Amino acid sequence: MKEMLIILFSAILVDNFVLSRFLGICPFLGVSKNLKTAMGMSFAVLAVMVMASAITWPVFNLLLAPNGLSYLQTVIFILVIASLVQIIETVLKKAIPSLYQSLGIYLPLITTNCAILGAAILNIDNEYTFLQSIANSLGAGLGFMLALFIFAGVRSKVDHADVPKFMKGLPITLVSAALVSISFFGFKGLIEKLFG
Amino acid sequence: MPTPKISLKNEFSKGLVRENPVLRLMLGVCPTLAVTTTAKNGIGMGLAATFVLVSSNIVISLLRPVIPEKVRIPAFITVIASFVTIVQMLMQAFLPDLNDSLGIFIPLITVNCIILARAEMFASKHSILPSIADGLGMGAGYTATLFLMGTIREVMGNGSFMDIKLPFIGTGTIEPMLIMILPPGGFFAYGMLIALSQKLAEWLEKRNPDIKGDDSCAGAINDQTACLLCGACSLHKGMDEAAAEMRDKADNQKKDGDIK
Repeated sequence: MKEMLIILFSAILVDNFVLSRFLGICPFLGVSKNLKTAMGMSFAVLAVMVMASAITWPVFNLLLAPNGLSYLQTVIFILVIASLVQIIETVLKKAIPSLYQSLGIYLPLITTNCAILGAAILNIDNEYTFLQSIANSLGAGLGFMLALFIFAGVRSKVDHADVPKFMKGLPITLVSAALVSISFFGFKGLIEKLFG
Repeated sequence: MPTPKISLKNEFSKGLVRENPVLRLMLGVCPTLAVTTTAKNGIGMGLAATFVLVSSNIVISLLRPVIPEKVRIPAFITVIASFVTIVQMLMQAFLPDLNDSLGIFIPLITVNCIILARAEMFASKHSILPSIADGLGMGAGYTATLFLMGTIREVMGNGSFMDIKLPFIGTGTIEPMLIMILPPGGFFAYGMLIALSQKLAEWLEKRNPDIKGDDSCAGAINDQTACLLCGACSLHKGMDEAAAEMRDKADNQKKDGDIK
């Protein structure tokens, strides 16, 4: 249990997927312009990430590894994720149209989100057990949400700031992302303090 | 169509500056930020991506008549993922050190928007030679930018270049800024490079008004399954507008399909 909590918290705060591992930067910069879209995107990422890990882990450990096919990891994982996203979209459209209305547009964009494939591969590389994988991807998704939430707030201020012309737009956004990323250094050593 | 020779040269050169994938189209940002802690990693990542880009462009351009329109994105992704697996195995065998330092970002070339975007925008519409030229040009632009960013970060953050210690830095007078090789330094260096390239583009346009930067949306795929979010498109326009555009395009495609 303690180990699960350590994995969960380090994925959220210490090794934040966006700010220290650089996974999922595109949606981080793309949707953080307003809080509502940022939250929609992060819920979709969180849900797909946990589900993708729950499927890719057994696929690798029960199907690929015992048959000596681990080199197919990348190909199989991306296909699993692509089909999973497609299935979620179809089911959501039929079953919960209201949720589809609010999250639907983010779903197709998730297939090529490197955070999802990244989480699936990291689970295998770190040789996590099934439950640890779930904890890791849950933490990764929550960390993504936290980073996006904070950054959407920062950006709403930055957008009104008077910056030099050539820094307008993406450059100033990236510089403020650097500052947010520095602030996450504050969490270094948190795990040892809490659980050590 | 102009004579093939001129267009081949053009396809190659556009990736270097005018449509530089990292600085102008803003594609493939994640590995750009993550692996450029040293110049060597930047080159390694750039070359690996170039190999995948050129090979997948060749295969996709050849399979153009065979792949059905509706399943083309999954088909492209499968082709790309296969080449990524080849790169991964080659690197594990011959360059284990580089493989360790690039780590997870080798398999993640699969979802690197540059490659999918070029497959969708270019290789699936052109024959093999222009596709190779396009792949090489984009790859060269990507590698050059990664090398530049890696150099800046390594020199400033570690006081070395290509693993060779530079004189004067770190001897007590000038200390390297460690932050440059940590994650915030990546964001900062990338932001500054984009600012510089915007300034440069503005200056070039002023000097020669005929050469206009291409539509930055060129790099982003406008299909439903795509990484529209990834390209410069969404970054300049904002999510809502990009999403609306995506819906329009998807609707149009559906309509086209119905008519067919």
